[in-house]
Amino acid sequence: MRTSTATKPRTLSAWVIIGLAMAWLGLVILLPLASVFVEAFRKGVAVYLETFKDPDAIAAIKLTLTVAAIAVPLNAIFGVVAAWTLTKFEFVGKTLLLSLIDLPFSMSPVISGLVWVLLFGANGWFGPQLEAMGISVIFNLTGIVLATILVTMPFVARELIPLMQSQGVDEETAAITLGASGLRTFLSVTLPNIAWGLLYGVLLCNARAMGEFGAVSVVSGHIRGLTDTMPLHVEVLYNDYNFVAAFAVASLLAGLALVTLVLKSLLEWRFERPTL
Amino acid sequence: MSLIVEDIAKRYGRFPALKGVSLHAEPGEFLALLGPSGSGKTTLLRVIAGLEKPDAGRVLFEGQDFLALSPRERRVGLVFQHYALFRHMTVAKNVAFGLSVRPAKLRPSRPEIEATVKRLLALVQLEDLSERYPAQLSGGQRQRVALARALAISPRMLLLDEPFGALDAKVRQELRHWLRRIHNETGITTIFVTHDQEEAMDLADRVAVLREGRIEQIGTPQNLESQPASTYVFDFLGQSNQVVGEVAGSDVRFAGFTAPAVVARGASGRTVAWFRPYETLISLEGPGLEVEVTSTLVKGATVRLECTAKDGQIFAADFARGASEAIHGIGAQLYLRPKRVFVFPDVS
Repeated sequence: MRTSTATKPRTLSAWVIIGLAMAWLGLVILLPLASVFVEAFRKGVAVYLETFKDPDAIAAIKLTLTVAAIAVPLNAIFGVVAAWTLTKFEFVGKTLLLSLIDLPFSMSPVISGLVWVLLFGANGWFGPQLEAMGISVIFNLTGIVLATILVTMPFVARELIPLMQSQGVDEETAAITLGASGLRTFLSVTLPNIAWGLLYGVLLCNARAMGEFGAVSVVSGHIRGLTDTMPLHVEVLYNDYNFVAAFAVASLLAGLALVTLVLKSLLEWRFERPTL
Repeated sequence: MSLIVEDIAKRYGRFPALKGVSLHAEPGEFLALLGPSGSGKTTLLRVIAGLEKPDAGRVLFEGQDFLALSPRERRVGLVFQHYALFRHMTVAKNVAFGLSVRPAKLRPSRPEIEATVKRLLALVQLEDLSERYPAQLSGGQRQRVALARALAISPRMLLLDEPFGALDAKVRQELRHWLRRIHNETGITTIFVTHDQEEAMDLADRVAVLREGRIEQIGTPQNLESQPASTYVFDFLGQSNQVVGEVAGSDVRFAGFTAPAVVARGASGRTVAWFRPYETLISLEGPGLEVEVTSTLVKGATVRLECTAKDGQIFAADFARGASEAIHGIGAQLYLRPKRVFVFPDVS
């Protein structure tokens, strides 16, 4: 549980600072968010709903869900494995691995997309060989998934590492000496201990996976109805001056963000209680 | 012989944690590994449990090569300083864990497991708390659950790593006697790691004093008390005074006074003699070490005097509380006469 040293504001300056912070938040977060919904419903609910009958929009939504359905579980597994390795064992290169996990956070998403083109594109390192084998990676689902995985890789691991670090290895050691196998120890001891943190990480990872624009934009090739994810579709519609449709699709993404926020707060609330 | 440890060496990188440790334990023996942090006592325990692989040496248990077995296969009960209870499981589930993870063929039936859990919780006097979670228990209760959990697998040996280190003094005292009782009831060979000399001397059949990865001395508490092998052991086992004197046969002479001495082999001539505050007679007249009382501290039935000699050297002396307190107050001039002094070849 967190202990808070915060007190109720007493002085005028305290209120002014609070007011400024609130105004700033309203200006840069709430106002844009509200504008998304206002624009989406500008011509009424019927027109709003009409957007989602467009086959290209449906394809974009389906593609986004597919990408998230592949990338998020893979990153959840990677995150658990990485956090387990980094917190339960001592080995050479640990610090390096720890910083490498953070790399996608500090790297521009455009680069996260571009590297795949450089590796697997038609003129890339492995592109020609793959093409000869009839495998294509760029400008299709595979490329989009790869780019998304790279961008969203740190979320689960970053959430779990401090948690597992604070929990130590004593419980696992106890389980092993009591005769449990490695798998049984993981399933009965480690996993229940990290369940809430894992869920939290998956949630953040999912939000980012569905919303990723930069990296996906580079590898997708922008084929309408085929390789356009929701964020890309929003851009396409906007460039077509189809503002209502653009904001309607954007409102789905904004809705996802809000749902994520609510779930995240619920999880945090659950986290902060003493573990029973 | 139950457990035989032979020439165990282990280094962590460039730090040698154990430099060739050998010891043995009889069946049913209660052995304490005593030493300051960094002396290698926990590493030794972890080697016996199979959690660390030694660089050299052998560990045999009932004639079996223990090092060839994984920690799972050794079936030793391990109790940790910070309990290491499974936080998301109830007390009953914690205790049942070792039995319920056994492969189907070896696993007792559900009623059998329940009966075992019930019996063990009765043994540690926690029957009423079986549905609680670890977070709802006090430290002492948690450690009792941890012990019940370790006993559930009918361990061939019980290993305890500073089990009372995280508890307050009163609970520690209670659990100490209670652990001794459980040991007497179960008769399991027990190895106990501690840095608390009082705990080790109070609980164990034999105590191994460790120093920088080696065993400095191993013996019964009485043995360590009456025949300490070195200044290190003597100093570690309790507060000590030092005085320079002349060895003469089985006596040591200093300040015009002759004290009976326990002279270790190799000690002679002018040397440092060691003695205990509680083995010191206090007198208002000489001969003896002439000192002035600088502070007094009441500890239960005894009073500890802190005294300073003319040359600035500090001595401690204990006496029973009673009538003489007034004359032994701060500023009193006294003579200290050790009842017994120890002389070691390793002058320090």
